[in-house]
Amino acid sequence: MADPIIEVADLSRRFGAFTAVDSVSFQVERGEIFGYLGANGAGKSTTIRMLCGLLEPSSGQARVAGYALPEQATRVKSSIGYMSQKFSLYTDLEVAENLAFFAGAYGLRGARKKARIAYALEVAGLTDRQRVLTRDLPGGIRQRLALASALLHEPPLIFLDEPTAGVDPASRRAFWRLIRQLVRDGTTVFVTTHHLDEAEYCDRVGLMVDGRLVALDTPDGLKRDHVPGTMLSIGGDLAPATLRSVLQGRDGVFDIQPFGRAVHVRLQGPLADPAAMARVLTDAGLTPGEITPTEPTLEDVFLTLAAGSTRQHA
Amino acid sequence: MFGLRRQPAAPEPEPTAGLALEARALVRSFGAVDAVRGMSLALRPGELYGLVGPDGAGKTTTIRMLTGLLVPDSGAAFIAGQRVSPGSSRTLEALGYMPQQYSLYGDLSVHENLWFFGHLFGIDAHAMRARRDRLLEVTRLARFGDRRADALSGGMYKKLALACALLHQPKVLLLDEPTNGVDPVSRRELWDLLHEFLEEGMTIVVATPYMDEAARCQRVGLMHRGRLLAEGGPDELVRAFEHTTLLLHADDRDLLEEALSSQPEVLAVSPHGSAVRVVVRAGRVEAFRASLPAAVTTDTITPEFEDVFLARVADEEAPAAPEAAHG
Repeated sequence: MADPIIEVADLSRRFGAFTAVDSVSFQVERGEIFGYLGANGAGKSTTIRMLCGLLEPSSGQARVAGYALPEQATRVKSSIGYMSQKFSLYTDLEVAENLAFFAGAYGLRGARKKARIAYALEVAGLTDRQRVLTRDLPGGIRQRLALASALLHEPPLIFLDEPTAGVDPASRRAFWRLIRQLVRDGTTVFVTTHHLDEAEYCDRVGLMVDGRLVALDTPDGLKRDHVPGTMLSIGGDLAPATLRSVLQGRDGVFDIQPFGRAVHVRLQGPLADPAAMARVLTDAGLTPGEITPTEPTLEDVFLTLAAGSTRQHA
Repeated sequence: MFGLRRQPAAPEPEPTAGLALEARALVRSFGAVDAVRGMSLALRPGELYGLVGPDGAGKTTTIRMLTGLLVPDSGAAFIAGQRVSPGSSRTLEALGYMPQQYSLYGDLSVHENLWFFGHLFGIDAHAMRARRDRLLEVTRLARFGDRRADALSGGMYKKLALACALLHQPKVLLLDEPTNGVDPVSRRELWDLLHEFLEEGMTIVVATPYMDEAARCQRVGLMHRGRLLAEGGPDELVRAFEHTTLLLHADDRDLLEEALSSQPEVLAVSPHGSAVRVVVRAGRVEAFRASLPAAVTTDTITPEFEDVFLARVADEEAPAAPEAAHG
């Protein structure tokens, strides 16, 4: 582990009898895009709030951007950027007013302030629209502006808390292109998301379940190690209920999911061979279409690991 | 009738027999914005249909016209064999609708919201109790009956909204971006629920901006700028895809991606693990390969539904896509 910008060791946070974050340890390398995934209530936001110096840990250690938490929380706060889908911009202010407000809040003055605001306008693609009211901007552009305003003080590390919630796919792509531009310029990104396709953009992904970090690896590594068995896509417009009645309860069958006109069956053992599956279905009087193994997705990883969760997800 | 000198009125449009939902050339504009420019849909009973497209494509406007909440400028819609018209109680009875935004009373509890919607549809107390209990059970909300709707998290709120839309046992269910802001565990639960109702014969339309979600539907319509660009089973659309998807391996994925996004023959670029996934216009693949730096290796891979969508939209938005390239 060469040059971590975040080091977390046995970090916990309890609220009364409830352990929101339970002895979490990890490191984030400088220049990484680090994804932090979990269902609602898994402990993602609590972790971020601790790492931003907003919430004291109950126990454990954390160093962020070279400063120890909670002792140097003020230093941490001025060394990081933070952006969330909610509460980041004043929608009644013009674009330029928003940037001037945040630049002031970050203590920027004079020439530097001017230069950073110009940079932020460029990042957001709003150089020509400084006088537009923020609430009149389309969601995707507003997102870029929120990001740009979190970058005004040139933080080496930025936390993005569900930055693309409610943004359409084309704008999400554009947003991620921007994020990766920042990373190329040396910024480290810590991001939470509910969109598992977005987790593909991350260098490494940590998965939280019930306050614990249950897996941490590259997207490819997670798919390789955490989805047991094979996923077969069974075509032929078979009714999921019929397929379930034939396959459910058989040795090695974990999961049966309708998927478009096909049904996805996750299983291991002899039936994972498409020819064997075809025989079983034909013997049961069905006429399956094409049976093909399919690649697991990060959603499969997530659902497999979250399956043991005891908290109410919502 | 015979001797009357009356202009023959346009005949009242008749529904097509055997369809659960039908839209016939729906058009609607708002001022200068043509939100929907001729949408036609035909759904059989028991079908799960995905209406997919970016923000502003006209998905919500289409759904609102199907509910009768919004009157089309022209065209007609039918639900369960009934012409949709504003306030038509027969349409409302056949229809369940879950809007994108808040549809519940935040100050009311889970139970109270369900009772309210039950009353609205005139469901008697006995039937009401049985349906409520079943819906609370399948949505796993039974433990939260006394919680205020405002105090529910995103996924629970959506499940309650779904339960309220299902109380009167509609034949057709319209869902506008049902999983927006819902975490992956609840998202899967919601889909499992939809499949349960589907297997009971309900017809379901889901509007979504998420391609992975659209791929779960039996049939999808790709919507863009108020029109359908393509329609069919996700697999069929993938099979009929004329362009080529390549996986490019390079040392610096980001630099490569950046360089590619400005090339006209490249219709879509997305990251894929440490590689880059690109959709290259039909007929241009060899030229494209030849244009790449020697250090980049390429594999042809099976396209995914998302490739189809991105390429269709790129095709549509290209100012003058060369005709020959489509051959």
